[in-house]
Amino acid sequence: MSERPHGVAPRSGPGAPVAHDSAHLHVTGEACYTDDIPELRGTLHAALGLSSVAHARIGSIDLDRVRAAPGVVAVLTARDIPGVNDCGPVIHDDPILADGLVQYVGQPIFIVVAATVDEARRAARLAQVCYEPLPPVLGYDQALEQAAFILPTVTLERGDAVSVLARAPRSLQGRLAIGGQEQFYLEGQVAYAIPLEDGTFRVYSSTQHPSEGQAKVAAALGRSSHEVVIECRRMGGGFGGKESQATLPACAAAVAADRLGRPVKLRYDRDDDFLITGKRHDFRADYRVAHDADGRILGLDLTLASRCGFSLDLSRAVNDRAVLHADNAYFLPAVRVISQRLRTNIQSATAFRGFGGPQGMLAIEVVIDDVARALGLDPLEVRRRNLYGAGERAVTHYGQTLDDFILPDLIDELVISSDYAARRARIRVWNRGSRWVKRGIAISPVKFGIAFTATFMNQGAALVNVYTDGSVRVSHGGTEMGQGLNVKVAQVVADVFQIDLDRVRIAPTDTGTIPNTSPTAASSGTDMNGRAAQHAASTLRERITAAVAQAWMVAPEAVTFSSGRVMGGDRSSTFAEAVRLAYMQRVPLSATGFHRTPKIGYDPVTLKGRPFHYFAYGASVSEVAIDLLTGETRLLRADVLHDAGRSLNPAIDRGQVEGGFVQGLGWLTSEELVWDAEGRLRTHAPSTYKIPVASDVPAHFDVRLYARGCNLEESVHQSKAVGEPPLMLPISAFLAIRDALSSIDGYRAPVHLDAPATPERVLAEVDRLSALRGPAGGQSRPDASH
Amino acid sequence: MTARTVQFLLDDKIVSVVPGAPDRTVLQVLREDLGRTGTKEGCAEGDCGACTVVIAEPAAGGGLAYRAVNACIQFAPTLAGKALVTVESLTAAVRATAVAGGEGGPGPSPRDAGNPARASGTGTRAGSALHPVQQAMVGCHASQCGFCTPGFVMSLFALYKTAVAPDRRAINEALSGNLCRCTGYRPIVDAAFRMTRLGLEEAQRVSLAPLEADKPAANGVVPLHWLLPPAASGVMPSGDPTSAAQASTVQASEQAVVDRLAAMVVDPMIAAGDGRRFFRPTTLAELARLRFEHPQARILAGGTDVGLWVTKQYRPMGDLLWVGAVAELARIESSAFGLSIGAGVTISAALPALERLHPELGGLIRRFASVPIRNTATLVGNLANGSPIGDGAPALIALGAVLILRRGDAVREVPLDTFYLGYMKNALRPGEFIERVRLPKPDPGLLFRTWKVTRRFDQDISAVSAGLALDLEGGRVRSARLAFGGMDAIVRRASGAEQALIGAVLDEAAIEAAAAALAVDFRPITDMRASAGYRMRVAANLLRRLLADAGPERVPDLHEMNQEVA
Repeated sequence: MSERPHGVAPRSGPGAPVAHDSAHLHVTGEACYTDDIPELRGTLHAALGLSSVAHARIGSIDLDRVRAAPGVVAVLTARDIPGVNDCGPVIHDDPILADGLVQYVGQPIFIVVAATVDEARRAARLAQVCYEPLPPVLGYDQALEQAAFILPTVTLERGDAVSVLARAPRSLQGRLAIGGQEQFYLEGQVAYAIPLEDGTFRVYSSTQHPSEGQAKVAAALGRSSHEVVIECRRMGGGFGGKESQATLPACAAAVAADRLGRPVKLRYDRDDDFLITGKRHDFRADYRVAHDADGRILGLDLTLASRCGFSLDLSRAVNDRAVLHADNAYFLPAVRVISQRLRTNIQSATAFRGFGGPQGMLAIEVVIDDVARALGLDPLEVRRRNLYGAGERAVTHYGQTLDDFILPDLIDELVISSDYAARRARIRVWNRGSRWVKRGIAISPVKFGIAFTATFMNQGAALVNVYTDGSVRVSHGGTEMGQGLNVKVAQVVADVFQIDLDRVRIAPTDTGTIPNTSPTAASSGTDMNGRAAQHAASTLRERITAAVAQAWMVAPEAVTFSSGRVMGGDRSSTFAEAVRLAYMQRVPLSATGFHRTPKIGYDPVTLKGRPFHYFAYGASVSEVAIDLLTGETRLLRADVLHDAGRSLNPAIDRGQVEGGFVQGLGWLTSEELVWDAEGRLRTHAPSTYKIPVASDVPAHFDVRLYARGCNLEESVHQSKAVGEPPLMLPISAFLAIRDALSSIDGYRAPVHLDAPATPERVLAEVDRLSALRGPAGGQSRPDASH
Repeated sequence: MTARTVQFLLDDKIVSVVPGAPDRTVLQVLREDLGRTGTKEGCAEGDCGACTVVIAEPAAGGGLAYRAVNACIQFAPTLAGKALVTVESLTAAVRATAVAGGEGGPGPSPRDAGNPARASGTGTRAGSALHPVQQAMVGCHASQCGFCTPGFVMSLFALYKTAVAPDRRAINEALSGNLCRCTGYRPIVDAAFRMTRLGLEEAQRVSLAPLEADKPAANGVVPLHWLLPPAASGVMPSGDPTSAAQASTVQASEQAVVDRLAAMVVDPMIAAGDGRRFFRPTTLAELARLRFEHPQARILAGGTDVGLWVTKQYRPMGDLLWVGAVAELARIESSAFGLSIGAGVTISAALPALERLHPELGGLIRRFASVPIRNTATLVGNLANGSPIGDGAPALIALGAVLILRRGDAVREVPLDTFYLGYMKNALRPGEFIERVRLPKPDPGLLFRTWKVTRRFDQDISAVSAGLALDLEGGRVRSARLAFGGMDAIVRRASGAEQALIGAVLDEAAIEAAAAALAVDFRPITDMRASAGYRMRVAANLLRRLLADAGPERVPDLHEMNQEVA
């Protein structure tokens, strides 16, 4: 590995593949999740009564049967909320409980509190709600016709794409539907609210955003933030789904706990979780692209519409990010991106790993693919020709200059290590001899911008306490959801003090300890909180250094920390002894640290500026097979090369890349959200919503970190964020399915394939392409000729 | 004879629980009554595996048989007289039985145990508080958020106890019922490869205290050596006396469990706290009598669908009549004429016999739900349930399966293809039940294929499923049985397509005629799994695939293509 400041702590310092700090607790079942917290005496359990229609006024609610059900202690409606009935993260359009108006199927209307979970859930089904139906807005065209926008349409332009298109000799157009995605954290939404003395509350919440939970709970109770503490030890997965969506159960549990003066826990049943909470936005992309004979894009006119659901939630930032990633890795000389944010009567679409980036990126990758196919070129070659370059070709469509665009090198390495060219040739030969199964191969790059596009959120804070036995406890504003944030922060702090990792413990996230935190999101957890913890630890190290220097009568510069010891002049002590020495001199051994991400900012109207601190890069090659009789697909092999800068923890980072890849693969293949004509989500449990399983991952799944990775910007030990970017790597698998389909007509006609590439969609395209092909055209038999 | 409690062995002690209801789940008992929160609820429908636990029972050939099951839909009374192993059991076993090896004292902290960066070169030492399965998971970085992890550990533990050196297919199969949203599975599969090796090392390092013959019964406490390596005496390196001693210690411990379970008296009826009853007959005659006397009682076999009626639909269930303890129904009889499979035989237990009957059935059964579901669900239960898609029915109808129905002493036979009368309606009369299913031995000339078409290969409900059987003679179709699931409210035969084929030479023209006839045979619906058009298209294409398969080369199986390293 590369050189490290403070010298290398080989066993556990930055760059060491240390295990997740909770790994031994995960495997033994000892890791405590919110629902595992031993229940206090008198604890009650809540369930939510949900709307069964997509849009209606509530005429009347008859809750008598609910109240009379076994075990029921109380039933609460919007009127029982003492404070503000809202849990919206940005504006106040997200009621905790519907008040007179329901806006989607699954919207919570009332809270049932009962002695047991089972009793609460059974009772919640007994309400008689009289709806006065209103027309729901569900589809894209319907929303556009009715001008049902949740936000004004945003246009980002560079050059004059429209006139470039008007005079371009070569152009093509298309439409791509991009499906949403359920986060499917294995641990569903849960909160446990405990009323304490004098009107104060502690709420254990499985949340990526404790501070927002705190503010919203306080507002709902008509109290102040200093009366509410939110605590989160860990989540059983978040993926963005517990950024804003964790707030509602926290508020509901707290309102019930407040009313009853007893602890109340609310854990969504899996089906309720699907029905209540928002998912990844689905998008519809319409594009027209002008290109030259070599496949270089001359102009792009792209319209990205998304169904945002019934409320704003985080849709502004999600859609902004989609626009800002519509270039992916490619220089677009003239471009217009129109972003339409539609209000629809479904769950309020929300954050999900990638946060709009994946949708924008998929659109441009399909455009590039279309261009390559139209010209009969290897899509890899067309990708290379369009990659960002130097000078004006290094400036994104939103005006940010790329300082470390390593993709040409990274792609070269991957093309060689994956044997792309030879395999592509072999696949084409193989396809000629295979009637019912076709293979495809594709490569796709990822360039993902790191930072919250809401600039003010790019701040992190930490508190480091050193005890007189030399042990260290760190609090920071981030939350642990499996991504390994805590072990990385611990590695950073251990490195500052040059002590063993076992001497550092990360405290549960607690709004009483670290206030006003940003959500753990936007891949920024380590960048912000790791940096803040590093600052705090460095402050303490300086204080200890000064104390030691004074005691030993050496210059502070002569004091060094190494391998659990502190040295200066000819003196040396253990770290713990040095800490005690400082303590005896009455030196404060507790320090806060703060980090604000530098050099960022952009115009929220034009979207121009420098929204991102830096970019993370990666690329992947996927090979697939498709079955022409059923439309089923299979990923046969994947090779991934990903840039994590100087990885803080290669084991954790590899895990993020592999996990992100497979999650993205699910988004693009098997995970299909189906709403019916009444706006009811019909895929609301793992029986109907299919995320990948072990056998979907090919035996050949080669994931590596880019060895020359380095962050040129200020970051923790020159590492790069790694949470979200890998999700977009399996776009190559989607493109490989398109490649396999393309073989049906000899790689000629454009391929139309929406995401996810379900067997049904693939088979429809098999049949369409088969009908186009040659003399057998007109028949719908899928027997490809050669 | 009526009990209010359910007794089972949990770790080293007999546990008595009082189920408030006969349909209280094992997961509820664990988390709410016993405070064992290591086992998680992820979906409450047996589809995610976060709740996976292992049930151990005396095996037919001696020792213990281990089954991974979904605690979330398993009713607590079915545990009576069995041993339940949870994720906490593994740690308890390691802690309880760890005897210092060469170095004495506690080994590396669990945090270090599997971490190559922190414990490199030291391997696993005596006293480390993790089971080899857990060590392998830590060492391979196989957990991230950790919520699914206990379920994976238990699925792997079951594999560890039942397979000597599982290959990738066996591992994927064992994990088919476990969802992980974080890792992408690669490290978990690596851990599965690694655990066997770690188990061997552990067995060689740790010397277990030998069991005294009378010790197991003392205080009713059974030592926990049975949960530890070696997985089987067969894997022990020959000539290693330490390992041999260990193997015999583990075997003795297993025998102690068998003896302890055998000594438990299980009552034939459990009256739950709410007054509802859970009948647990042990003989066919008793079952027939109870069924006759209590026709309103819901028959329960594996409960993998009935469980969902409770956990998902909150249906009031009434009394339950469980067939899972009836000795006669647990039998598989094989003869020159075919197979006869009792109503209590799980799909896992039926797999080897079905695969011997026809290799195509093996492929089908391996895609039937997931291992934990197959470990509890019964083949007859699947047929009785009568799902319109029903994984078992299309293939079994195509093969000419016959159901043996019993009502009191009266027995009658009903061909499976006439059993289904309408959506979730069948030919059973009040007081009657399916005793067994009989499958004739396929004729050597039979061209038989069965397929599921799904969005996901493992554990998915089919959009379309098919069992297709053609009796061929000299290239002509003598008879045809073409059964489809997902095409109607019941699984049924495509009579028009069959007629189009009978007597014809099996060629493209005949298949196209049959495919065209399907459009008359079926009017499928559109739902969240597939459109009507897709279902029709695929059903016809499966006939085309049947023709292709009749040729010299089979159509490649897409799903096998990703299992080799390129």
